[in-house]
Amino acid sequence: MFQDLLPRDFADRVNCRERLTWRGRHLDTDFLLEAGEAAWLIGIRRGRIESVRGGPFVMPRWRFALRAERGVWERFLQPRPEPGFHDIMALIKFRRLRAEGDLYPLMCNLLYFKEVLECARKEGAQ
Amino acid sequence: MKPDIDFEPAVGRYLRLNIAGEPHRVYVETAGQGVPLLCLHTAGADTRQYRALQNDAGILERFQVIAFDLPWHGKSSPPAGWHQCRYRLTTQGYEAAVLAVADALALARPLVMGCSIGGRMVLHLALSHPDRFGGAIGLQSGAHVDPYYDLEWLNRPDVHGGEVCAGIVSGLIGPGSPEVHRWETLWHYMQSGPGVFQGDLHFYTADGDIREKAAAIDTRRCPLWLLTGEYDYSCTPEDTAHLGERIAGARWQIMEGMGHFPMSEDPDRFLRYLRPVLEEAAAGRAARLD
Repeated sequence: MFQDLLPRDFADRVNCRERLTWRGRHLDTDFLLEAGEAAWLIGIRRGRIESVRGGPFVMPRWRFALRAERGVWERFLQPRPEPGFHDIMALIKFRRLRAEGDLYPLMCNLLYFKEVLECARKEGAQ
Repeated sequence: MKPDIDFEPAVGRYLRLNIAGEPHRVYVETAGQGVPLLCLHTAGADTRQYRALQNDAGILERFQVIAFDLPWHGKSSPPAGWHQCRYRLTTQGYEAAVLAVADALALARPLVMGCSIGGRMVLHLALSHPDRFGGAIGLQSGAHVDPYYDLEWLNRPDVHGGEVCAGIVSGLIGPGSPEVHRWETLWHYMQSGPGVFQGDLHFYTADGDIREKAAAIDTRRCPLWLLTGEYDYSCTPEDTAHLGERIAGARWQIMEGMGHFPMSEDPDRFLRYLRPVLEEAAAGRAARLD
């Protein structure tokens, strides 16, 4: 029931952005995106999303996790999010998002990950 | 025949001066003439943030817009021996730098306008040196900000400083701000030296805390205006409202759609908010000089 949070073509949306995948060309990692009870494991190889797997997981492996309530992600993924829900650092500031695990790949590639997550936004962004 | 050279109005020069007894080489830009308006850039950035003000013909007719790069920033040098010390901006050091530049340029009661750390500094100046300034304009001014991420990420050799500094601040730009100005603003953040942004945040998140003292600012001696963007989650609209309600006589306004870098991220929209403030500030300064 939670599988509709991320668009079905999420990986394609990322992978068709040549400049974005080039920015991530040195990046190989797996991260967990958690939305309340639901979770996805997202595998990135050389800046391209190679896999998006929905949970539940028994023994997931990931470098870092981004955890927030489903309602928070829903507001983040609006075409024009309201102030405080428009950026993952804003979510972190207001304690709506927890970034956990080994944050090194996230922080080394912060602009990349921000654009990747923007690719999951609903259509209609101005 | 002279070539058609499209120079902007701003002229930049290097200024030699002592700040807190230490020799410095500071880069200063000025444009226009009239009421001196001294502009303070944000943490980890430089004078280029004020490029729109320095190109606005209407403002330049009546104001001398002066901006300088703090030591360590932009084209100002760090002090000799910088490689042996850790840069940390303090209230005392920042105040000393602003006053030294104002004195060196013989500015008579300039208006002072600053953004973010500069927005904090104008509060300190209004409190501690009210008679040195004709008025203070705080952009993204708050009394204090608790760190909301590990600042050590900003300064470690195994993480690209330009990438991470821009990544940290990118969401502070309003989502609707024009792309050209968004990326110009981020470019500035990609260019600061190692540890400079982090060192500035020592003032922003620790040493420059003015919560206990801000209410003592006397706006009859130094009038105060506060302008803050609604998308700023570093200095939030609530932070500015909190300040504005506690400082008697302070005037404040939240700027729709704007983020943390109004003068740089969306200059046209920002100037619509700023122009009436400048008019008021200039009139108030003139009345007190008479």
